[in-house]
Amino acid sequence: MSTATQEHQAVPASALTEKRPLGDRTFQILTLAAGLLVLVILVLIAVSTSQQASSWFSTEGLKIFSKTWDPAANQFGALPFIYGTVITGVIALVMAVPVSVGIALLLTEVVPRRWARPIVYVIDLLAVVPSVVWGLWGILVFAPWIGRIYASIAGGVNGVPVLGPLFGQPTSGASFFTAGIILAFMITPIVTSLSREVIATVPAIDREGAYALGATRLEMIRGAVWPHSQGGVVGAVLLGLGRAMGETIAAALVIGASPTITSHLFAPGYSMPSVIANEFGEATGVYRAALIGLGVLLFVITIIINIIARGVVERSARRKRGA
Amino acid sequence: MATVSAGQQADLGEPAGWRRTKNRIATSLMWLSFVLVIIPLGFVLFTVIAKGASVISWQFLTSPIPPQVLPANVGGIGPAIVGTIEITALATVIAVPLGVLGAVYLNEYGGKNALARLIGFMSDVMTGVPSIVMGLFIFSIWVLHFGFSGLAGALALACLMLPVVIRSTDEMLKLVPDALREGSYALGATKSRVTLTVVLPAAIGGIVSGALLAVARAAGETAPLLFTILTVSTVNANVFSGANTSLPSQIFVNANSSFVGAQGRGWGAALTLIAIAFILMIAARFITARFARYTR
Repeated sequence: MSTATQEHQAVPASALTEKRPLGDRTFQILTLAAGLLVLVILVLIAVSTSQQASSWFSTEGLKIFSKTWDPAANQFGALPFIYGTVITGVIALVMAVPVSVGIALLLTEVVPRRWARPIVYVIDLLAVVPSVVWGLWGILVFAPWIGRIYASIAGGVNGVPVLGPLFGQPTSGASFFTAGIILAFMITPIVTSLSREVIATVPAIDREGAYALGATRLEMIRGAVWPHSQGGVVGAVLLGLGRAMGETIAAALVIGASPTITSHLFAPGYSMPSVIANEFGEATGVYRAALIGLGVLLFVITIIINIIARGVVERSARRKRGA
Repeated sequence: MATVSAGQQADLGEPAGWRRTKNRIATSLMWLSFVLVIIPLGFVLFTVIAKGASVISWQFLTSPIPPQVLPANVGGIGPAIVGTIEITALATVIAVPLGVLGAVYLNEYGGKNALARLIGFMSDVMTGVPSIVMGLFIFSIWVLHFGFSGLAGALALACLMLPVVIRSTDEMLKLVPDALREGSYALGATKSRVTLTVVLPAAIGGIVSGALLAVARAAGETAPLLFTILTVSTVNANVFSGANTSLPSQIFVNANSSFVGAQGRGWGAALTLIAIAFILMIAARFITARFARYTR
């Protein structure tokens, strides 16, 4: 780690500008242009997609947040999709975060170095499985199987307060919950690897200090590792949430494609990216503008989440360097 | 880092009673979370291999795509393989040079100035832009004016790859020791020369392996291709014009199909796609192990 942080001082520009050959300056400008391209693309995304969506924003006004989505009747309310995106994202986080943090702790605190490597490879394999393959497996294998489990759970909790409205009838294999589970599989690798990076920066001396005081491993984790890495893990979780909310194809296949707002997690629903993927091909006019508009909303939401997450991660990294 | 082997220390002084029980429960929960991840992964890979292997043959990999109603042993996914290779290769040619140049700016020229910090931060943020948004973006600025083409799909994939390549290259450039740079400055080399002949060659192993991982991710992307290339059933060798198709798009279409034959071809295509992604990932690991001079 110590070599990674070594800084290099740029050669003072004034010493060189006088007789720098043309090629040298051209190269510098080229690299600057490539760097600026990132900012240009982000601005262009916002501008061009908002332009295409403008007829939705202007004809519907604040009704874009209404809860009716009925293209046949020219009603384009985004609320069911925003709801579905948030719900599936939350389900995914609830399942993926404990597992990811558990694996990150396993890798950093429990297994020896040479065993950690194969485990990391296995986790990385999860990230290599493409989204559409998760979707294919989800809709043809997983959804029919878990649909039967939903049905029996729903039978058990029907009429029970709180549990009934959440897990009761109606049930379907393709549902909010199935989408949440698949998304959880998909975001586990990134949450794990980011948490692991953060936890690995805990100074060895803190760990040794805790052990020297007679702490068990669990007590050491709670006393030395957790306070140090809390902030970074929160950032990792937010990044995972951003990924889950933007995940398109797997969700499009397993979420059930029904624009409804319901407390029933086992019922079919819809999310912003998946409705774009499923309906864009047949859409024209305001319908298409509405779908692109959903993309704009999604872009804004994920950009905000990512900026907060990166900010949190960066700040906790800086605090660590300072300490 | 000189970490003490944590496991051994804990065992030496393990206290008795409730504290030990709690500690053991915590450790088993950590192992349990790993098992919870292996089960679905194993399940997915097993299903894809079991269902895909029975479909795949030379004829399957090269034939045109048949109508969905036909059984799985008729036709194949040839056009999708050709399309995926064309489009991913074109995206790589666009994104990797730009990404490497951008990283050179961040690390060699920008240093710690505000603009470089902003670009670095925003490129991290850009990795979080959903892939479907990239598809809508290219649809808005390219497809509406120039029509569907492999190039449009490649542009969308390149937008996804760019920040990933910048980040991985930047990390690799940071590892190149300053002594190398200073040595060549002392010989009177210009900055561009130092960068091109000393710094980039020193980091080339890591840069290539990072780029390969970005390619592996891009090859599996469906969402950016849906409204940029559409799908076709015969090979379109011209990546610059006309609708095209790709393995992920084809799998998406077949997963939505209710015909058993189409689903079977979907599994075959899924196995092909995963195989391509694995090969790229293994190549990246091999290059890291063999050619990377500086690693973390």
